[in-house]
Amino acid sequence: MKAFLILEDGTVFAGRGIGADRDVISEIVFNTSMTGYIEVLSDPSYAGQAVVMTYPLIGNYGVTPDLESARPWVDGFLVRELCKTPSNFRSSGNLQDFLEKNGIPGIEGIDTRALVKILREKGTQNGMITRNENYNLDIIIPKLKEYTTGNVVEKVTRKEKTTLPGKGKRVALFDFGAKGNIAKSLQARGCAVTIYPADTTAEEILSDAPDGILLSNGPGDPKECTGVIRELKKLYDSDVPIFAICLGHQLMALATGADTYKMKYGHRGGNHPVRDLSTGRVTISSQNHGYVVDTERLDPSVAVPAFENVNDGTNEGLSYIGKKIFTVQFHPEACPGPQDSGYLFDRFFEMMD
Amino acid sequence: MSRNHDIKKVLVIGSGPIVIGQAAEFDYAGTQACRSLKEEGVEVCLVNSNPATIMTDKKIADQVYIEPLTVPVLEQIILKEKPDSVLPTLGGQAGLNLGMELSESGFLEKNGVKLIGTTADTIFRAEDRQAFKDTMEKIGEPVAASTVVRNVQDGIRFTNTIGYPVVLRPAYTLGGSGGGIAHDEQELREILENGLRLSRVGEVLVERCIAGWKEIEYEVMRDAAGNCITVCNMENLDPVGVHTGDSIVVAPSQTLSDKEYQMLRTSALNIISELNITGGCNVQYALKPDSFEYCVIEVNPRVSRSSALASKATGYPIAKVAAKIALGYTLDEIKNAITEKTMASFEPMLDYVVVKIPRLPFDKFITANRTLTTQMKATGEVMSICTNFEGALMKAIRSLEQHVESLLDSDFYKLSLEDLIEELKNPTDQRIWAVAEALRRRMSIDEIHDYTQIDRWFLDKIRHLVMAEYRLRSEEELSVELLKELKRMEFPDHVIASLSGWTPAEVKKFRKDHNILANFKMVDTCAAEFAAATPYYYSCYDSVENEAAGVGDSETADSDVLETGNAGGNRKKKILVLGSGPIRIGQGIEFDFCSVHATWAFRQAGFETIIINNNPETVSTDFDIADKLYFEPLTPEDVENIVDIEHPDGAVVQFGGQTAIKLTESLMKMGIEILGTAAEDVDAAEDRELFDRILEETKIPRASGGTVYTADEAKKIANELGYPVLVRPSYVLGGQGMQIALSDEEIEEFMAVINRYAQDHPILVDKYLQGKELEVDAVCDGTDILIPGIMEHIERTGVHSGDSISVYPAPTISDQVKETIAEYSRRLAKALHVKGLINIQFIAMDDEVYVIEVNPRSSRTVPYISKVTGIPIVDLACEVILGKKIKDLGFEPGLQPPADYFAIKMPVFSFEKIRGAEISLGPEMKSTGECLGIAETFNEALYKAFLGAGVVLPKHKQMIITVKDADKAEAAETAKRFEALGYKIYSTRSTAKFLNEHGVHALKVNHIHQESPTIMDLLLGHKIDLVINTPTHGRDKTRDGFLIRRTAIETGVNVLTSMDTADALARSLETASDLLHVIDIAKVDRRGNG
Repeated sequence: MKAFLILEDGTVFAGRGIGADRDVISEIVFNTSMTGYIEVLSDPSYAGQAVVMTYPLIGNYGVTPDLESARPWVDGFLVRELCKTPSNFRSSGNLQDFLEKNGIPGIEGIDTRALVKILREKGTQNGMITRNENYNLDIIIPKLKEYTTGNVVEKVTRKEKTTLPGKGKRVALFDFGAKGNIAKSLQARGCAVTIYPADTTAEEILSDAPDGILLSNGPGDPKECTGVIRELKKLYDSDVPIFAICLGHQLMALATGADTYKMKYGHRGGNHPVRDLSTGRVTISSQNHGYVVDTERLDPSVAVPAFENVNDGTNEGLSYIGKKIFTVQFHPEACPGPQDSGYLFDRFFEMMD
Repeated sequence: MSRNHDIKKVLVIGSGPIVIGQAAEFDYAGTQACRSLKEEGVEVCLVNSNPATIMTDKKIADQVYIEPLTVPVLEQIILKEKPDSVLPTLGGQAGLNLGMELSESGFLEKNGVKLIGTTADTIFRAEDRQAFKDTMEKIGEPVAASTVVRNVQDGIRFTNTIGYPVVLRPAYTLGGSGGGIAHDEQELREILENGLRLSRVGEVLVERCIAGWKEIEYEVMRDAAGNCITVCNMENLDPVGVHTGDSIVVAPSQTLSDKEYQMLRTSALNIISELNITGGCNVQYALKPDSFEYCVIEVNPRVSRSSALASKATGYPIAKVAAKIALGYTLDEIKNAITEKTMASFEPMLDYVVVKIPRLPFDKFITANRTLTTQMKATGEVMSICTNFEGALMKAIRSLEQHVESLLDSDFYKLSLEDLIEELKNPTDQRIWAVAEALRRRMSIDEIHDYTQIDRWFLDKIRHLVMAEYRLRSEEELSVELLKELKRMEFPDHVIASLSGWTPAEVKKFRKDHNILANFKMVDTCAAEFAAATPYYYSCYDSVENEAAGVGDSETADSDVLETGNAGGNRKKKILVLGSGPIRIGQGIEFDFCSVHATWAFRQAGFETIIINNNPETVSTDFDIADKLYFEPLTPEDVENIVDIEHPDGAVVQFGGQTAIKLTESLMKMGIEILGTAAEDVDAAEDRELFDRILEETKIPRASGGTVYTADEAKKIANELGYPVLVRPSYVLGGQGMQIALSDEEIEEFMAVINRYAQDHPILVDKYLQGKELEVDAVCDGTDILIPGIMEHIERTGVHSGDSISVYPAPTISDQVKETIAEYSRRLAKALHVKGLINIQFIAMDDEVYVIEVNPRSSRTVPYISKVTGIPIVDLACEVILGKKIKDLGFEPGLQPPADYFAIKMPVFSFEKIRGAEISLGPEMKSTGECLGIAETFNEALYKAFLGAGVVLPKHKQMIITVKDADKAEAAETAKRFEALGYKIYSTRSTAKFLNEHGVHALKVNHIHQESPTIMDLLLGHKIDLVINTPTHGRDKTRDGFLIRRTAIETGVNVLTSMDTADALARSLETASDLLHVIDIAKVDRRGNG
């Protein structure tokens, strides 16, 4: 069955429909990971976005129990070739059925490299996935231009406060769309983790007297999260140690007077080198972000850059002056991607001691 | 961390002669590293015994020593050149071992020389079995449980603790002979007893059997600051049990989820960190297919065959980066040469699939056992890139140049089901064709998996190809949709044609009419995330965009002046250089040397150069050799796809061996001008009738003979000429299929072998002349000829020139013969209108000179003769091709004066690796590589040549001589010389009798079938240095001679099968000396005055 990807610049890619049979308009972003499509699909940070995988063969190992949240969040999935007969000892089925069951439309058989080059040159674009051969660009393109991801955090955050037992430190995980492995990484270190929905007030969290607070990753434009930013200012003022990842890092920066901006096409993949500015060491990181903290507008008396991206020099983390707070743009919880920066959870632990 | 400025002069150790398991990949790595060091202003001193390499070129290093790779030689070079550092990690296992020995003996420290790139401690902990095991245990990395046993009881006891099955590997038996897998105690007893007997040190390693697990490799890099990255991971289609060098390998891994991928990646980083490696490293894993359990199989703390593959698969230049790390740089200080934007501290992301298929030598060794085991047998490999696995596999298959272009070409359809199942259980080089046949017979994927242990994912992909064949056969009309799908999977037009009943031309037209065309994509290390600057391309059909430049400037040049390289306006003229494909016996690294030099020469002359090749091990497929690199199969259709977008102004075929020559006709049909010698003149040299006419015109004698197609015709001619006769196919390289026949029966046998494949060209039958064999490589400009020198073979005619010891300058021929050779060469080159290179082989009997064959193209000896005479004949040939005259290039035409030293090229064989291979020398080439001995005296050069080839004698001073009757008189003379050297000589009955009658004290030893102790026991006693055995005729594998030769080879004993070689060895031993004089050949000037 034919399916089309229509970009806001008018480019149309024709391929075969996969997954659910429905039209969707979304922001089209690309991910360069060669493995980890299950983690990508279920990463809440992709809410409001449709993902193109640059690796051409997707679905080879089927559906493995590696979901990073309760369900897949991507709006759409674009691949060169979807594997129909996967092979892996943990596979419970093929990706086609999984996408269909979860209502995610997609396309296979398109020149994903050509698509990625458009996104690279022109920047991230909105697009539509449709199986309607009689699409009308004059109607669709204005709609595409209108689309924004909106405040997607409220869509992906957990609705109820949840506690995961543990005998060690008590960590508050502020959930803006947290990947499952963040809580798992904390639990693996013996923590009792309490997960708070994104609309929780600072007072409520602080009243539980956590040993530390972890601000999670999440989707969308950080500036949409005005409520959360307000609460984070209060958490900043408390002296509870804070570690933040991705969106959490951006929100803390905004809460303390810094600014963020949208990157041309973001960082999404598992091969980005980040330099730890305190040691000079470079590690390969897992990344998924389209916005970044503007270091030009950083008040050095509040926070200084702690990590930078070796490729493009953009900010990858901040260290807060006079506070037990450090935040990173990349993903120490990996899943998918390299596990090299898992040591940052240990650093968070040292802060809590 | 930054550049260590104390490093000013580095000795780089090469890997020596090409043998199975250590091939061109080290020339690639070494060349890249030397260039990388030089661009940092470091003075590079290079040592490698292999004259065919590019690294031993004075363009690459400041000082070049083509000397035997032994500790005393290296010590002398170090004392003479006084480098401050030695870099041993680029020369394979050979280089690493030498670095280790130099360090352990204290020599380096004493002379203030540092080992860079690695430390002795790192090498020890990675290479020593016990130290490695301890290190892995320390960091919690699992290795397969194993122990070394010296008796059967210990073996049983240990196996009882780890459980059956176990793998048994006898220590120090080359070729893995005597090893095997034991499933129960009885098997264990049998294999262990035999293995202990075969092992020279009486030791067998007993190891938990992990055969059938997935084999996964990671290429890792680390700098001195401790930053690490993985360049690439790779998955073997073949499970553990087949050597990774013989496996079909795919990059990146296909069947691993991110959890498995990251688990092994983290493990690899832990290992490289714990071993404190600075540079590149390869880690091999066995991963259990049904759990997360894994074992570390092996770690190579250096660049390797896999790192060459990973470099080409990703575009990440591992050797270059490793060299920079050795100088002290950190990964984040080194630029990514492909993107020129990002740094080396990142991990390449692929947006395509890479497939490597090894090239196995069973076409040369037709008696050999084709089973693939843990002993590598491949001589080379091909790589292909595509957007899908099926396409990459199909491209790789046709890149092999083995007369097979799809999964259809095999004889397996004739097999009974039982036999087919045996084929599946017992992997050979033809396993994927066996799988395809099983699928055609509707065997289920699960059943095939049970027999082969190949992951179902790969089997399913092969099924797609088989289903496509089926659809093509059954559909009435070839639809656009089906054709698109077939081309996506890289079915060649003529395969589609043969299955659909169309003609290839019709398929092509239909395809073009419907715009089903190959597009080219870039290998950019980053999956298009960043714009890349390097034009390294592959083709695919499922693409809407062509990234290869040349689309815009496709109009052909308006001027036909080629010399300037300027096509008018600002556009450079384009020259297409066709590479030589996979390394195989008969077509080796020499042709890559020629292709690369030609590319450089044309580039220098102002042309845009385009290389097409498919061999990941070579320098020519490094992305910065030509202006553009197309990593593609070398078939007419694939080349035409490139021609269609590049519209080159000309193509050169004379440097890429037979692979390139074979494409001449197709290129001409595409309207591409062949630069240099015209195609019809190439034909004239190969076509018997045309060539005879030329010889008649030029009044040059040759052995009489004729051309035939059938055995009957051959026998008729042979009987007219009188036996012995030489039988060979035309248009082949390396004497493929060439044999000396003594009788009608042998003609029958040899013709049957040759006609296994349909021959496009007739078979030649010539009178066999026994005399001195001589050879020249020359450059001709159409008028004048430049002959750098004459090479003389030590072995008489009958031994292939590539397997002969070759001496420059020719030591034993008269001036008259030299003049005749020069004159004949001139006449032939002129008559064939040669523009460029020509290679001619002669026989001299008394003072009469005959022509054996003429090849108007580059040859195996071109790098050797260029280096030892200092005359860069490839560069000169390129100038001539572009219209210059030899006289304009500063050379007096004709035979150049000889050098005042001797340079001897010694063939090197890999017989121990290929079980069942017949090792006796004959007209068909069998050597895999070569080394050089260069010295002021003939004897020292000869000694160095044997030393370089690994013939290190004496050890026990005992030898076996058993020769055929015709050789007995000569054998007696040779035996006397060995006796005078202190050798005790053993012979079987008739040879012993003859030797004793002629004054040699030979001890008689029983034949194999007589009572013990026999000649076999003598060999297995591991006290024999050397066997001289000249074979009686016939290919019967059960003959005693064959068994003796094989047993000797497999237990590490030198075997000589030609009396001439034996005589040369005696001579070299008579003059052996520890004091060798090393010669820097970079100082040899082009007139060769030392």
